[in-house]
Amino acid sequence: MTIPSLPQSNGRIRADLQLVADLVPAGARVLDVGCGEGALLHHLAQTKNVDARGIELRQEGVNACVQQGLSVVQGNAETDLKDYPSDAFDYVILSQTLQAMRDPRGTLGELLRIGKHAIISFDNFGHWAMRLGLMFEGRMPVADKPRHTWYDTGTIRPCTIRDFLTLCGDLGIEPERCFTVHGGGRTREVAPDSWRARLTARQAVFLLK
Amino acid sequence: MSIPHSQDSSETAEIGDTATEAPQTGHKVVLGVPAPMKLDSGLDLAGFTLAYQTYGKLNAARSNAILVCHALTGDQFAAGRHPVTGKRGWWDNAIGPGKPLDTDKYFIICSNILGGCMGTIGPKDTNPATGKPYSLAFPVITIGDMVNAQKLLIDHLGIDQLFCVIGGSMGGMQVLDWASRYPDRLFAAVPIATAARCSAQNIAFHEVGRQAIMADPEWRGGDYLAQNTRPERGLAVARMSAHITYLSETALHRKFGRALQDRKAITYGFDADFQVESYLRHQGITFVDRFDANSYLYITRAIDYFDMASEHGSVAEAFKGTKVRFCVLSFSSDWMFPTYESRALVHGLNAAAANVSFVEIQTDQGHDSFLLDIPDYHRTLTGFLNGAAAHRGLTAK
Repeated sequence: MTIPSLPQSNGRIRADLQLVADLVPAGARVLDVGCGEGALLHHLAQTKNVDARGIELRQEGVNACVQQGLSVVQGNAETDLKDYPSDAFDYVILSQTLQAMRDPRGTLGELLRIGKHAIISFDNFGHWAMRLGLMFEGRMPVADKPRHTWYDTGTIRPCTIRDFLTLCGDLGIEPERCFTVHGGGRTREVAPDSWRARLTARQAVFLLK
Repeated sequence: MSIPHSQDSSETAEIGDTATEAPQTGHKVVLGVPAPMKLDSGLDLAGFTLAYQTYGKLNAARSNAILVCHALTGDQFAAGRHPVTGKRGWWDNAIGPGKPLDTDKYFIICSNILGGCMGTIGPKDTNPATGKPYSLAFPVITIGDMVNAQKLLIDHLGIDQLFCVIGGSMGGMQVLDWASRYPDRLFAAVPIATAARCSAQNIAFHEVGRQAIMADPEWRGGDYLAQNTRPERGLAVARMSAHITYLSETALHRKFGRALQDRKAITYGFDADFQVESYLRHQGITFVDRFDANSYLYITRAIDYFDMASEHGSVAEAFKGTKVRFCVLSFSSDWMFPTYESRALVHGLNAAAANVSFVEIQTDQGHDSFLLDIPDYHRTLTGFLNGAAAHRGLTAK
């Protein structure tokens, strides 16, 4: 079923968002943490008839969401997730937000408390170009170039796929599936321990439980 | 059950776009018969009148009704021309064709609250036991009592489930009480510029207002109607102090600053030298023409008593398992019901896993913002109602 009042999207969303959307089954209860202007929620509501909710820090993002009829609250994920009861959602999504958090470790634990599954996407700072850039140019890797540089990027906790897996191991979190996003938006499913993926993925999308 | 007021739609469809329509007298219904309504105080209220107004048309499925809950000094004449003041209704900018509460799409109901003075039973009405005005013999009422009376009206109108209950300030408290008390009787709830409890500061301001009224010798221990007097000065002072809490310092400064009223220099006296004094005096004087002093006492008391957490254990408990879609709205410069009160409410709703949207509108207009035509505010209302209508299966004509 589609929601009639929502404007039809052109069906194309960012590659990593499409990957996330494909992981969510129809009718699921979904919380998108850091939902921005609601592109993913809108897409999920339209194509999967999910019970779509969101949290967004920026007021303009929240207003845009609610004005489209999406259920979004203005709030800070790092302080507000604790309010939600355990297992309130089937899927909790954290899209390109983990590395902007002060406490990614605590947040990850909260995501899997309130959701049966979590879907996390993040930039892979282990990509070969980032490694080479630091080695040969002596410049810190910045994922959201050229719009940002090291002193104004939102990424305050950069990590690699391997860093992320180590944290999951420490928290006893089991990666169910792992996908990588490459140049040109190509995506593929990989084994989490694939060394090739760690070198070639620009972004990673993990399904956790 | 048939709707006894089917002529509403044709009459009121024009309200909002013409400035010349004749004032409406509104509708009245007698509720609490045959069984009386039980008040929170334990007393019974039997055979009482409730006055209400409707705009738009109820659809065949009776699924498009929105109940608008008014604030402390509001009334049922939310849109169109007010029959007493001759001014536009208090929410005329939001109710009408093409407006957020679109009368081409929704059937809007607004009733005068229990204890009010615009047609619904209140302390100025005649006590059948004595043949004199109730005055202080009127039972002390609560927000819950107001909601129970509205629920009887909705039963009377033959509406199983309201599409939405919406209101600001004390109206927002009624919205929350509705959602908690009758979760199956509403699909969506929009509490605006409100809180899940009345703060100590608001109780304090209410007490100042009540003391001003009761200190007026014309109040006569509450018996002023029987003695043919009116505590106008006391009520005006109550209104003046309350009105300050509805604005913000920024808005007051922008509107008036230290500008003088019809004079070039201060007069070294106690005349209204400053424009802001003159403005407040005007607010006080015009208020006493349309409001009953004892009503003011009773309604402010009802707000004081409102506290969902003490009633239910916690805000989350009050909404446990709710299916209602909430949209909580606050205004950045509202110091009477600050954003942190709305945020606390949202935290409680989140803890109940409720479907909730929460938007803080940026404005310097203070608490009164909920009555104003602020573009971001009205766009949010429209967007939320459209989204909820889609989920409810309501389609525009």
